[in-house]
Amino acid sequence: MNFPEQKGVHELEAKANLLRRHVIRMIHAAGSGHPGGSLSAADIVTALFFKVMDHSPENVDSVDRDHFILSKGHAAPIYYAALAECGYFPVDELVTLRKLHSRLQGHPSRVKTKGVEMSTGSLGQGLSAANGLALALRMKGLDRRVYCLCGDGEMAEGQIWEAAMFASHYHLDNVICIVDRNGLQIDGRTEDVMSLEPLGDKWQAFGWNVLYMNGNDIGQVLDTLKAAKAHRGSPTVIVAKTVKGKGVSFMENNVGFHGKAPNDKEFEQAMKELGGSV
Amino acid sequence: MTWAVESQRKNYGKALVELGRTRKDIVVLDADLSGSTRTVEFAKAYPERFFNCGIAEQNMMGTAAGLALGGMTVFASTFAVFATGRAYDQVRQSIAYPDLNVKIVASHAGITVGMDGASHQTMEDIALMNAIPNMTVIVPADGPQTYRAVLAVAERPGPAYIRMGRSDVPVITSDKDEFVVGKASVMVDGSDIALVGTGQMVVPCLEAAEMLKQKGISARVINLSTIKPLDTATLIKAARECGAVVTAEEHNIVSGVGTLVAAALAESYPVPMQRVGMQDIFGQSGESDELMKEYGMGTKDVAAAAIKVMERKK
Ligand SMILES: Cc1ncc(C[n+]2csc(CCOP(=O)(O)OP(=O)(O)O)c2C)c(N)n1
Ligand SMILES: [Mg+2]
Repeated sequence: MNFPEQKGVHELEAKANLLRRHVIRMIHAAGSGHPGGSLSAADIVTALFFKVMDHSPENVDSVDRDHFILSKGHAAPIYYAALAECGYFPVDELVTLRKLHSRLQGHPSRVKTKGVEMSTGSLGQGLSAANGLALALRMKGLDRRVYCLCGDGEMAEGQIWEAAMFASHYHLDNVICIVDRNGLQIDGRTEDVMSLEPLGDKWQAFGWNVLYMNGNDIGQVLDTLKAAKAHRGSPTVIVAKTVKGKGVSFMENNVGFHGKAPNDKEFEQAMKELGGSV
Repeated sequence: MTWAVESQRKNYGKALVELGRTRKDIVVLDADLSGSTRTVEFAKAYPERFFNCGIAEQNMMGTAAGLALGGMTVFASTFAVFATGRAYDQVRQSIAYPDLNVKIVASHAGITVGMDGASHQTMEDIALMNAIPNMTVIVPADGPQTYRAVLAVAERPGPAYIRMGRSDVPVITSDKDEFVVGKASVMVDGSDIALVGTGQMVVPCLEAAEMLKQKGISARVINLSTIKPLDTATLIKAARECGAVVTAEEHNIVSGVGTLVAAALAESYPVPMQRVGMQDIFGQSGESDELMKEYGMGTKDVAAAAIKVMERKK
């Protein structure tokens, strides 16, 4: 199975919506989990898994493929939804999220879940691993990309900037870091908790190629990822402006739904808004 | 047995507010988890003495050290896995080695974190903190004891680590109990076996003692709430008078509380021992009660360990 084909924007939008419904269903079934950051990243994850990245369940153990590391591991539901829809494991299994003996851990586990390339959950660590993987690809002469998805609150971790320095020093132009700039973390707005701006300028000062996009506009996401892939000589970061909780009205820009499951009523409304049945 | 349940974290928040009222030197730091750790209570009461560090635990610990250099008494909080793991070197080099007045009070320790899974379930934190010289290590058994422990460490200069869980836990201590750092408490007297519980594992020890009583076994239950300094006197007395010991901890048995108790007894009064705890494997997602059973840390497991170790009594 090769995904970098033909899929049009319209089709991808429908796919993103399907993944969003999975996310809501999974978190509702589990009774806990992180809807906000899963929904903000849904369009980016969809573009990557169903169009941009060359990957498949058949070559899951191969190094010679494009790679994805979810540095903001709490967004595991959107990751699992994409993996299931790509055939890494049955879609039916999604509702076992966070349950005892499930393969779908609260945060991604490389050991437990087929398709998960790196165990994450402790924020700030994904980009370093992406760099190492990118370095290995280059040493092996493989022209592949490593996509790393980070949160914006996560930018406060010092390790992110250690990794930023490393990638630029070693000219890791096969690393593409995407920052889900939804403006919220747990204790509130990023700019109230720990100000980040000017975020893009910071990356630029660290030697990165900096791109901006509306991360909830699939057309823009595809164009920007294409430009990122084409860029050579330095690593690329994409600051993706998104809406936390995107697609479910009462979750949008609502810090309360960072890490809370919808109750039965909220579940029904969310599914309705996402154009699905309960 | 039935008890009322209470959150350790809520008691921490309450203690901070109480301390802040009279002590202007109290400063509180958090790393984007103030709602979970309940430092938010202090933040609301004394906003000028609360600083959110964002998701940057290492920087938080270093900053705490600096505030202590400036004469402040600092409480720094986040989840236990990050406080002790992510920021380990900052805690060691910048807080413990210079012997600074920083209290690390961490929540969501152990497997009872539940559904977040192994990445968040620290079972090494006691080992890590205990291995650092100058560090006081306290694992309160319930909410009220957490409250008293927080007030107690505020009175003592130097670094301290207090471990709290996520769940609401049965209230087994009384407001009349004084909290003395370094003193274990005998909750039930007994003479056939000593059950030494730490933190949330004291309750299974109490319940196991009841089960054992039905079998005619007299179990002593000890709440070992200070891990360092270790109350060796109470432990040796229990070993001498009961002749066998079971330790129970929500922590890896490798380098955990059981290991410390075994070492202390081995040097003075060795008796047969059995350790209940995580058997050196990572946990997984699940409900906390399910996980405690899954990993052999339930009441039945403590009782079974007691019966097993008693067979080895001389
Ligand atoms: C090292 C570390 N510290 C704290 C946490 C707890 N935590 C989980 S999610 C989160 C907020 C993340 O905010 P952000 O990076 O903006 O993610 P998003 O908004 O996309 O969900 C925090 C503090 C963690 N997982 N790892
Ligand atoms: Mg965010």
